[in-house]
Amino acid sequence: MNMIVCIKQVTDPEAPPASFKIDPSSNKVVPPQGVSPVIDPYAEYAVEAALRIKDALGGKITAISLGTNQLRDIVKKPLAMGADELILLEDEFFDEGDSWSTAYALAMSIKKLADYDIVFCGREASDWNAGQVGSGIAELLGLPSVTLAKKIDITDGKARVERVTDEGYEVIEVSLPALITVSNELGEPRYPTIKGIMGAKKKEAVIWKPADIGVEVSQIGAAGRHTKLLKLFQPVREGKCEIVEGESPEEAAVNLALKLREAKIL
Amino acid sequence: MAEYKGVMVFCEATEGKLAAIATELLGCGRKLADDLGQELSAVLVGSGISGLAQEAIAFGADKAYVVDDTLLQDYQTDSYVSVMEKVVKQVIPQILLLGQTSIGRDLAPRLAFRLNTAASMGCLELAIDPESKLLLQTKPVYGGNAQAVFICESYPQIATVRAKAMAPLERDESRQGEVITVDAGLDPSAIRTKVLEKVPEEVAGIRLEDAEVVVSGGRGIGSAEGFEQLEELARMLKGAVGATRPPCDNDWVPAGAQVGLTGKIIAPELYIAVALSGSSQHMSGCSGSKTIVAINKDPEANIFREARFGVVGDWKKALPAFAEKVKELLAG
Ligand SMILES: Cc1cc2nc3c(=O)[nH]c(=O)nc-3n(C[C@H](O)[C@H](O)[C@H](O)COP(=O)(O)OP(=O)(O)OC[C@H]3O[C@@H](n4cnc5c(N)ncnc54)[C@H](O)[C@@H]3O)c2cc1C
Ligand SMILES: Cc1cc2nc3c(=O)[nH]c(=O)nc-3n(C[C@H](O)[C@H](O)[C@H](O)COP(=O)(O)OP(=O)(O)OC[C@H]3O[C@@H](n4cnc5c(N)ncnc54)[C@H](O)[C@@H]3O)c2cc1C
Repeated sequence: MNMIVCIKQVTDPEAPPASFKIDPSSNKVVPPQGVSPVIDPYAEYAVEAALRIKDALGGKITAISLGTNQLRDIVKKPLAMGADELILLEDEFFDEGDSWSTAYALAMSIKKLADYDIVFCGREASDWNAGQVGSGIAELLGLPSVTLAKKIDITDGKARVERVTDEGYEVIEVSLPALITVSNELGEPRYPTIKGIMGAKKKEAVIWKPADIGVEVSQIGAAGRHTKLLKLFQPVREGKCEIVEGESPEEAAVNLALKLREAKIL
Repeated sequence: MAEYKGVMVFCEATEGKLAAIATELLGCGRKLADDLGQELSAVLVGSGISGLAQEAIAFGADKAYVVDDTLLQDYQTDSYVSVMEKVVKQVIPQILLLGQTSIGRDLAPRLAFRLNTAASMGCLELAIDPESKLLLQTKPVYGGNAQAVFICESYPQIATVRAKAMAPLERDESRQGEVITVDAGLDPSAIRTKVLEKVPEEVAGIRLEDAEVVVSGGRGIGSAEGFEQLEELARMLKGAVGATRPPCDNDWVPAGAQVGLTGKIIAPELYIAVALSGSSQHMSGCSGSKTIVAINKDPEANIFREARFGVVGDWKKALPAFAEKVKELLAG
């Protein structure tokens, strides 16, 4: 199985909400002080999904990441986990794209790689929470897609995918090559081993520019957007919590029940 | 662009009825259509769903397009995208709304790419810009830490809307509308997936989405046994148990209990948050609750910025005492 996994570097979504700041004048997020960026968590589940197939059937995993200021220690994580190659789409023309221009650049890179059975993406990135890039790549490449996967089995050249739905889950069979987006119900991604980390350090990422994937700069990054961001803001919290006191947690809890009764909430 | 006109809503059905999200979308769509002075159309796609066309009209649609075909029994990306592409090209709406559901999440982006336009996913608010007449699409980003307002300059402007973000209209059976059937025109060989099985999650008691009281636990609960105590309290309050993601990932509770951005969206009267920190991703699913109450040992936990009442302390001590008192109050 030849697999491609799309990953990206994001601001750590687990950083405390109080540290989250935006600059309203530029409509941009101010990276929190002292918090290192991470691989988009859902993309990490996507890497794990590919690794499980590689463990079972063998094969090759290529990770692709599009972004600016990609820290090598961060974006090399898929390599440390067990992926084989890393391609970075790094160029100012790729910057400030939307789901459309991002999916387009990724799709053209995947087309160049040509030989693949499955393309994996995360179900939605933790920054813009769009959940579009995977389906977009599939549409641009004419591939069948299954989103929100929690388990993937390969049999007879087809994938059997358990897809999370609002009612439970469904089992879908899809012909290959296909695009699959992965959800957290898959189960925790593995930690890189020391050996993996050492190996990743030695491996150089391959850098691709727009010309390498044969795209016009008008179709990627800011120029290729279909959407315009008018405003980015932080919703105001009323934040008036009444801490119910007591000599002990037990007493405070009893007082809480009384308070809720008094307020006719219970 | 002038030919694009009207607002269209993709209506999902569950158990032979219009899904709640469909009625919410029709309520929102009606308002947008009125603001534009244009028509609101509903699209029903499935097998044996034509009876729902009048329902969609009763909930606000001027027209209902019905695509009824046995090949559309189950949602499948290829068949539904193809049918929706056909309907959109026939009706040429300016705006297309779908639900942020497991169907809408899959259908909307792929359809947007097929139609060479863009979608905004998981919107909380939609409005028409008075000057440009474009759709202002407000959606949470960064897991709910921020919100962004997008516009899309290509048609149709596609948006998915979160559950419970919009209010449905009062059902009015006297409303008149036109029902139009559209032939699916599907080629079975172009459907590259097959649904082998559907496994519904088992729900004991009240569904999380319907419960007026929800008792939710987080990582701090620590075990499946811990959650039994939450269940007991929920039963007493005729409510349901919810959770943050870690308890679901650890199998302390079923995956269906997850509340949040990538879980269920709920808006109960009372939300009791126990040993969970109140991450923005979690709060995305419950911030619409009428009253939030928190029990957490960390006075700095973010949940205390979201809650109305709080107790600082170990839940293992606080919860049994709370449950005991609640029992007494309810009995008395
Ligand atoms: C005004 C504005 C300015 C922006 N500026 C920047 C910027 O300067 N730099 C920047 O990085 N982003 C920027 N973004 C965000 C950028 O638009 C998103 O990366 C893009 O919209 C993709 O959508 P998403 O992140 O919501 O992906 P989703 O569709 O939610 O992502 C799903 C999955 O797709 C894959 N994927 C998504 N993005 C990438 C990627 N870049 N590389 C590889 N795989 C990917 C991953 O597997 C991910 O899990 C900006 C957005 C806006 C609106
Ligand atoms: C894109 C994306 C989507 C996500 N979607 C969701 C989602 O839909 N839903 C969701 O919930 N999460 C989601 N997450 C995960 C989310 O970011 C947080 O990791 C998660 O919500 C944290 O869960 P928690 O509050 O239970 O755990 P923690 O943040 O670890 O908090 C545990 C809390 O328990 C308290 N505690 C511990 N022991 C005790 C005790 N004995 N007594 C009292 N208090 C105690 C601690 O003080 C702490 O505040 C998502 C993440 C990403 C990146």
